[in-house]
Amino acid sequence: MGVDAKTVGFEPTPPSRKDASLASLLIRHPSVLWGGLLLIVMILIAVLGPMISADPIALDPIKRLKPPSAEFWFGTDYLGRNVLARVIYGARISLAVGLTVAAIAVVAGLLMGLIAGYVRWLDSIIMRVMDGLMAIPGILLAIALISLSGATLLTVIVAIVIPEVPRVVRLVRSVVLSVREEPYVEAAIASGTKTPLVLFRHILPNTIAPLIVQATYICGSAMLTEAILGFIGAGIPPEIPSWGNIMSEGRTYFQLSPWIIFFPGVALALTVLAVNIVGDGLRDTLDPRIARKM
Amino acid sequence: MPRASQEADARARPVLDVRGLSVTLPKGADRPFAVEDVSFTVNRGEIVCVVGESGSGKSVTGQTIMGLIPRKDLTPVAGEVNLLGEDMLKKTDAELRALRGARMAMIFQEPMTALNPVMKVGDQIAEILEIHASMGAAERRARVLEGMADVNLPDPELMIDSFPHQLSGGQRQRIMIAMALVLEPTLLIADEPTTALDVTTQAQILDLIKDIQTRHGMGVMFITHDFGVVAEIADRVVVMQNGRVVEQGTVEQVLTEPREDYTRMLIGAVPSLTPPARGPVDRGKPVLSTKGLEKIYGKLSLFGRGRVIHAAKNVELRVHRGETLGCVGESGSGKSTVARCIVRLVDPTSGEVRIDGTDIAGMSEKQLRPFRRDIQIVFQDPYRSLNPRRTVGQSIIEGPMNFSIAAEEALRRARELMEVVGLSPDALDRFPHQFSGGQRQRICIARALAMEPKVLIADEAVSALDVSVQAQVLKLLDDVRKRFDLAMLFITHDLRVAAQICDRIMVMQHGVVVEHGPTARVYAQPEHPYTKLLLEAAPGRDSYFAGT
Repeated sequence: MGVDAKTVGFEPTPPSRKDASLASLLIRHPSVLWGGLLLIVMILIAVLGPMISADPIALDPIKRLKPPSAEFWFGTDYLGRNVLARVIYGARISLAVGLTVAAIAVVAGLLMGLIAGYVRWLDSIIMRVMDGLMAIPGILLAIALISLSGATLLTVIVAIVIPEVPRVVRLVRSVVLSVREEPYVEAAIASGTKTPLVLFRHILPNTIAPLIVQATYICGSAMLTEAILGFIGAGIPPEIPSWGNIMSEGRTYFQLSPWIIFFPGVALALTVLAVNIVGDGLRDTLDPRIARKM
Repeated sequence: MPRASQEADARARPVLDVRGLSVTLPKGADRPFAVEDVSFTVNRGEIVCVVGESGSGKSVTGQTIMGLIPRKDLTPVAGEVNLLGEDMLKKTDAELRALRGARMAMIFQEPMTALNPVMKVGDQIAEILEIHASMGAAERRARVLEGMADVNLPDPELMIDSFPHQLSGGQRQRIMIAMALVLEPTLLIADEPTTALDVTTQAQILDLIKDIQTRHGMGVMFITHDFGVVAEIADRVVVMQNGRVVEQGTVEQVLTEPREDYTRMLIGAVPSLTPPARGPVDRGKPVLSTKGLEKIYGKLSLFGRGRVIHAAKNVELRVHRGETLGCVGESGSGKSTVARCIVRLVDPTSGEVRIDGTDIAGMSEKQLRPFRRDIQIVFQDPYRSLNPRRTVGQSIIEGPMNFSIAAEEALRRARELMEVVGLSPDALDRFPHQFSGGQRQRICIARALAMEPKVLIADEAVSALDVSVQAQVLKLLDDVRKRFDLAMLFITHDLRVAAQICDRIMVMQHGVVVEHGPTARVYAQPEHPYTKLLLEAAPGRDSYFAGT
């Protein structure tokens, strides 16, 4: 292994690179297949929503609070609106919030984390701000922001992003702190590579794998937070159906007409579960150290 | 007298008798067996050194005997491991647990990670007594104190309640030995127990193992890669290569008249402590010089608290073109700090670092850039010195391209340099993981040379390599120094290596240069007591290793 051949010509050793292809991931973690399929179905439903679904806000007071039937698969709510159509449109909000929050939090956190980890004097400034943000309860911050600037999709996203960013910053910073001590990074510095290039060429690629995993967890928790905000009436305005506000509206009728809460609840639980399963599978594939322990 | 003859019988029987042991490697490994048809014995009152390079299967052998290998991946498929006549391979896990510690014990390489950091060392020794012997707490404590005194730990009463981080590396290794010996096992397996220690500490620990072995009369299986250690401690030697026993015999036999080419090559590759004669050096103006170089790590906090480490104190050195200056010292001596200050990977606290007369110590990163070309460094760990995501070619041309050399021109030069360092130019498209440690170190040297530096710093550049590879890389470094007329600063903890390559030597201790002079003079007539200590501690009498 460590022994050089007597004539030191080039002798290729067999590549020991781990096969991280999609096929091998699915074979080793069959649950990821189910999680992934479920997620794809949810995304399809959300994208195709307007084409496949009935009108989610059409009122029909005569048919209010009808249990699930052949006409209304998921029943109707207290204004006679089609719960199935509302759940389908809710998927659009949920997934949009989840994916956007994950994307924004990762990009913002990555930039700040790289700077905090590499530029010594900015480190303590950025990290103290992040500590401050982490000290504020996420839901409270969201409620405050939304009541200040009105409940729109954008404010909801911003309100959920802010408490997620410090977690990403911490993750990226810790990776940067350990990688910057690697001799190959020092060798690059010693051969005159400029700092931004050192960061992007040698350090950033090491953060990608943990970031992808973190992004899935952020996506899941953002969908939950959005639903919580909707449920307590601080989220997306009620005229746009989201899983949270559908459940909120169904709360009063829970004992008589449980389907109003049941179906959006199941949709939310399944979607978050699917995202987390995919996240676990990615973590096992991208971080073999944890995988081996499990 | 039947009882006496029984005892004599037990004495004659080997403590450990390994016969035809084969252990498979998991599928997809580079060979089918980790160890193959290995046979040797360890007798009472005998130290048997199992010596080999990395990948020789010596550690797997030790762990198989202890029953510590993961049997799913490494399966013993043939042979016997007889400990006092009982086959260890046939024991269940529970039986093995009872035997470990009581009849056989093991000490490991890393004394820090082998001890539990959140448990007092006394409790860790007591734990073994708790598991294997029934005795009261007071009696246990007495036994622990006795065991600690046995390994010559100063003031056991005080040390029994210390945590591992409060002890030095040597003290921690003594604790490990005390743990291993507290139940008086008949077999002690020591897996590279001194590799992570400084030479002076290593010498003490080797003395201790030898001394304890004589006092307790146990058998010791000592796994090492270092022939110096073998010469120091072994009664008999087993040489392993690629999972097989190449040669075994008494230490005199193996070291003075090795039968096999491989053994001869290994012994020949051990550098001699006698410096060879070296050609004259043109002592014009030095290319690299430092004056009053200081580095203080850490600073006082706002409230005047905090720890400060004075890593380098008033270091003064000069290196001329075509000359190699050796910087020798133990861990914590500040030798790497000096290197990092010169390359400006850390900023010196004060002092001058002059390259061809220009002081770069206080320069900003921007002013410094043109000078980055002049000083290049090769690091210790070949596995971490190359970015695993980039091809060898990309790594080599990165530096030149920073100084606006066109990619084609840089690649052309990279191909030339690959030949200079003894690798095929076609290998530029490969990734680092496709190379062995020695090959990677050659690539790192090529990367440094691509910058056309005036000064090359080798920071423990051959310390992580097997001896046979070490000798080759050492020769390569000396060749490129001559060929490109480089000023080389060679940093090492290994006095044997330093003797072979350096024109002058400086010895560092606690951040201070304590002695400085031509290599031959320093080795023949060391002036400073610390230099004398280091030379005495270097393992292995030199008569065995006159090679190279």
